[in-house]
Amino acid sequence: MSATADVPFEPAAPGVGRRRGVLRGVLGTPSGLLGAALTGTLVVVAVFAPALAPYDPFAIDGPVLHPPSVAHPLGTDALGRDLYSGVLYGTRTSLVVAGTVGVLVLLIGALVGAVSGYAGRWADDVLMRLTEAFQVLPRFFLAIVVIAFFGPGIDRLVLVLGFTSWPMLARVVRAEVLSLKQREFIAAAKAHGASNVRVVVREILPNALPAAIALLGLVLAQVILIEASLGFIGLGDPNAMSWGYLANEAQRFLRVAWWLPLFPGLAILLAVLGLNLLGDALTDILGGRR
Amino acid sequence: MSAEPVLRVEQLVKHFPDGRGATVRAVDGVSFTLGAGESLGLVGESGCGKSTLARTVIRLLEPTSGRILFRGADITHAAKRELRAARRGMSIVFQDPYASLNPRMRAGEIIAQPLRIQGRYRRSGGRDRIAELLHTVGLEPGHANRFPHEFSTGQRQRIGIARALALNPELLILDEPVSALDVSIRAQIITLLDRLRTEIGLAYLFIAHDLAAVHQTCDRVSVMHLGTIVESGSREDIYRRPTHPYTQALLSSVPVTDPALRGSRRRIRLTGELPSAIDPPSGCRFRTRCWKAAPRCAEETPELVNRNGHPSACFFAEFATS
Repeated sequence: MSATADVPFEPAAPGVGRRRGVLRGVLGTPSGLLGAALTGTLVVVAVFAPALAPYDPFAIDGPVLHPPSVAHPLGTDALGRDLYSGVLYGTRTSLVVAGTVGVLVLLIGALVGAVSGYAGRWADDVLMRLTEAFQVLPRFFLAIVVIAFFGPGIDRLVLVLGFTSWPMLARVVRAEVLSLKQREFIAAAKAHGASNVRVVVREILPNALPAAIALLGLVLAQVILIEASLGFIGLGDPNAMSWGYLANEAQRFLRVAWWLPLFPGLAILLAVLGLNLLGDALTDILGGRR
Repeated sequence: MSAEPVLRVEQLVKHFPDGRGATVRAVDGVSFTLGAGESLGLVGESGCGKSTLARTVIRLLEPTSGRILFRGADITHAAKRELRAARRGMSIVFQDPYASLNPRMRAGEIIAQPLRIQGRYRRSGGRDRIAELLHTVGLEPGHANRFPHEFSTGQRQRIGIARALALNPELLILDEPVSALDVSIRAQIITLLDRLRTEIGLAYLFIAHDLAAVHQTCDRVSVMHLGTIVESGSREDIYRRPTHPYTQALLSSVPVTDPALRGSRRRIRLTGELPSAIDPPSGCRFRTRCWKAAPRCAEETPELVNRNGHPSACFFAEFATS
């Protein structure tokens, strides 16, 4: 074999799958591990709430205002309802709201961001002004107004939060698309005759979405806070147990039953903390990967 | 050479607005033909418009004026469907093997992409075709399942070449395919390109910024300066008998490999920057950096005058002394 012939190649990096690399990256840092553990616990609790909860959260069958005990690990409220079961079912409500809002936000944000960044020109101008208009909407007060008009309910809460929480995501996706569309692999696809839809769906979005998903964790943490805040001021869905509702109920017993505000508050804190840490860890890894 | 050239470019012009009302004349009236299985090297320094020319020929950029004929069909303003058909016959390899592969696609998917776009993946043999293409460029079938970041620079460029070959094109546009590679890998890739040309009978439009890179691969060489071709000819003509001062300057910048000959050659150093493509000098565009420049060079634009199949755009065209 001569010097310029096809000599065997320099060994490539060991075959690490991309997904496994991301997982390892998140779990490799203490904050990422904590975030993933908290978020994972939330999801498990939400899915298996009926199996994990010893009582129906609305059932009035225990001793009144009883401090944490073996029968009621987090105590009971003024009506004798089990707080532990309440917190578990509250996880479900929070995650259902956060999850559906997340899907809405991702769909709208990715669509607006991709069209805006890829089409450019007037489409970009129109969509970005629209995004700014939505970005300055006071989400919390808008949610209050909607609930004041239509009454409390999870469906309208999801819709109002979903349709107002996407601007950040759209901006991130747009920024990614703007830088990605200059890359040569896009030119390569076009040179072989790829349509615009194909370029966006197959080439650009898979590269733009990781940054958006990383941000989604932070957006959802805010959504959980808003949902809890609405419950706290008595505007939550009365038919669904939620952390905000529990904290609201606890107000009148702050001096006599410390467990009533503490545990729902802790649940909110841990959920928001978990999503934030996970979002940060994902941003570090996915944001830096090209 | 067959009567119908694979590619004929006539007076191609590509201007860009610079955003402040001025016009960047990136490609300013370039003509050439490329026969079947022929290899044309296009050489010039950075910023002379070579890459713009490549991208305009394959219609990634819309030409401002002029004509592009591919296999005799005018594709200058071809609509989508016609263009799609033409793009089965021509393909492009890019300079940067890091930017030209989608980081989230496996190598097999990247190579299959042109086939899928043109709806020919299954007809062409699917996975077997991918394995065959990998083999053609010197990779292994097992590499199809890896992501680009698991490959070395040279391997990535091979994947880019395999992708360009997927549709069995007649014409390959090579936009500085080895400029981003280490010298040792550069030799491997050039050898591969050379082999492909003789085995498959591809026509190459080989773009490079130094004459050394095209020497091995090209039958003919055109030298580009600030949007125009200043000299073109056979490889012998350009390397042994350069007539345009700019070509002579480019040649003198190629390092001498034989130590015994070092210092025997006149070294031409160009002073000054490449003039702006927004406001090129009057007359000859090279005159601001040329040691032969005379008053006439500022007043008249030298045309590409054919001298025995060796056109040169200089009033004082001559053979180099050495």
